[in-house]
Amino acid sequence: MLKTFKIGGIHPPEFKLTSHSPIRQLSASQNVTIPISQHIGAPATILVNKGDYLRTGQLIASINGYVSSNIHSSVSGNVNKIDTIIDTTGYKQTAIVIDVAGDEWMETIDRSPVLEREIKATAEEIVEKCREAGIVGLGGASFPSHVKLSVPKGKKCDILLINGVECEPYLTSDHRLMLERGNEILVGVSIIMKALSVDRAIIGIENNKPDAIENLTNLAKEFNGITVQALKVKYPQGGEKQLIKALINREVPPGHLPIDVGAVVHNVGTAYAVYEALQKNKPLFERVVTITGKSLSNPGNYIVRIGTPVRHLIEAAGGIPEDTGKIINGGPMMGKALNNIDVPIVKGTSGIVLFPAKESKRDEVKPCIRCAKCIAACGFTLEPNLLATLSEKGLFERAEEEMITSCMECGSCSYICPANRPLLDYIRLGKSTVIKMAKQRNIK
Amino acid sequence: MSPTVIITITSLSGLALISAVILYFVAQKFKVFEDPRIDDVQAILPAANCGGCGFAGCRNFAEALVAAETFEGLNCPVGGKAVMETAAGILGKAAIEVDPTVAVLLCNGTPEFRPHTSLYDGASDCRIENNLYIGETDCSYGCLGNGDCVRVCQFDAIYMDPVKGLPVITDDKCVACGACVKACPRNLIELRKKAKKDRKIYVACSNCDKGGPAIRACKVACIACSKCVKVCEFGAITIENNLAYIDARKCTFCRKCASECPTNSIIEFNFSPKKSKIEPMAEVLNS
Repeated sequence: MLKTFKIGGIHPPEFKLTSHSPIRQLSASQNVTIPISQHIGAPATILVNKGDYLRTGQLIASINGYVSSNIHSSVSGNVNKIDTIIDTTGYKQTAIVIDVAGDEWMETIDRSPVLEREIKATAEEIVEKCREAGIVGLGGASFPSHVKLSVPKGKKCDILLINGVECEPYLTSDHRLMLERGNEILVGVSIIMKALSVDRAIIGIENNKPDAIENLTNLAKEFNGITVQALKVKYPQGGEKQLIKALINREVPPGHLPIDVGAVVHNVGTAYAVYEALQKNKPLFERVVTITGKSLSNPGNYIVRIGTPVRHLIEAAGGIPEDTGKIINGGPMMGKALNNIDVPIVKGTSGIVLFPAKESKRDEVKPCIRCAKCIAACGFTLEPNLLATLSEKGLFERAEEEMITSCMECGSCSYICPANRPLLDYIRLGKSTVIKMAKQRNIK
Repeated sequence: MSPTVIITITSLSGLALISAVILYFVAQKFKVFEDPRIDDVQAILPAANCGGCGFAGCRNFAEALVAAETFEGLNCPVGGKAVMETAAGILGKAAIEVDPTVAVLLCNGTPEFRPHTSLYDGASDCRIENNLYIGETDCSYGCLGNGDCVRVCQFDAIYMDPVKGLPVITDDKCVACGACVKACPRNLIELRKKAKKDRKIYVACSNCDKGGPAIRACKVACIACSKCVKVCEFGAITIENNLAYIDARKCTFCRKCASECPTNSIIEFNFSPKKSKIEPMAEVLNS
């Protein structure tokens, strides 16, 4: 029987419409908008001024603190303005708007497609290079990778886990990357292994991608210590803690990090970005994005420059179909609806999903019938019904006692609820309030 | 009478007597003295238990009144002056006059002025919408219109205007308990000093953005042009965070600021209509 995590989980319909469309390069847009906060942690410090000429790959905003990230220009051209924009999250932030003129790359970047297998850098150099290249976790959370690559003192990492699960319905960017850039990913994995000084790495891939499993299994024979493990299809297996449980049967206690059980998890997309940074000297300024939807005329997987407006990507995929109800940034489970399609694609954007109006509409909310399906679906043994009610009534202290902060907002509870209760909406509210409360307590 | 009956009666009576004596001493020992005035004061309070005074309920407020040296800082907004004077009479203390207040909404962003740019179909709860994104309009400070304030009002003083999409506060019913002030996640409700004939004049905007973005998001936004500050003869208007604020205690209701405001973000209520408000265009044409 295939491995998977034991507690909770659901299996939404997959709709991987674009798993057979090869990765294509998206044409340049007229301008790009690059937000200075595309990662978890402090926003980067802007280094450029209005009117400056920038080349592709040039550093435009520098890391500000330990948990932060460098940001590079994804195009060549002049800075049009530095403005406040509304980003993919729906909130305001500062961004650098660049008018695209040609595509002149920094000379330092190696643009040849030759595979560079030999790893010259030492462990410290790898961490430093990832920091310089502005690499963040490309699975969606955008946590700065150099932080995850440096193991804190007193802790030991004995295994590296690579997340090729892609459990979100619709999204196929990691899938295509594993098919088309298998060798590069494996070199990237070897680099991360060297940085963490571990000799074992497992790539976890769900069984609905047999071609990717086969491809990587064959290629991995030439790499030391890397194995590929097929996993049962179950959402949210791409969650860090779920993946650790599924692959090596270790449990990360609430409030702890994977490193506390000796594991580090990185996404396949991140491994590819690490390869490019180390072997090709290319900072992170483009990524693979899936653009998909049932009524979209030309869905596909594109390499998109960071900062490209979502509108440009949708136009490349055939324009917005008439029946569109919602445009989701990310997958349908954890993604967030966009309120404006002029927002830029950022490092954490793994896909854009266009939903027809009749599917995107929420059904009528009915009373809770205490069926406990949400409790069974929760991967963290929480009680979503209770947490949602506590948040709704404003009983946040009690919600904190009930471990609301353990929730990773996977949305399984809302998905499974037969009464269509907005469970996750309330849990998110409670979680953010509890986190704010805890911060204030710490200040005192 | 059989001996059994006699024994039963005597033993039970004896037991009752001993218990009575014990209970008497225990009652003396653990006696709790409660000021009878607390009951008297509680009786005259409105019994709304709304928490507007800052205490959990009317009983707690009555206890606080009895214990307090003076009435400084203690006020029942629901009962107002009459109740506080009665309470002062009972307790033999002096009532301190507190200006009665009323809740006002610091946003006038109706769909006409502030068009919707997206549609929110999540749970009808302002807190959630505020937590999720900037809202259905481009103004990240304005009213979300899901009616959290309506739901918390115990006095039926707020209703949602379906056309304007904004809550409307009924002055006569509002007791200034402050429940809506706490409920609003965007802090859009303020308790303002009540004036003669329920007159009100205030800046109905909370947008702290600079003029440009503010006016792009909403046509009646305060753009912090400071025209009102200059025209005010009483120093009642200040600008902070790109937002004008009229101090209700200094304001004399001369309405000069309202006619000066280029975006009409200063709104007035319960005034008699102005005699001749010459439109700026008309002025130009006449000259």
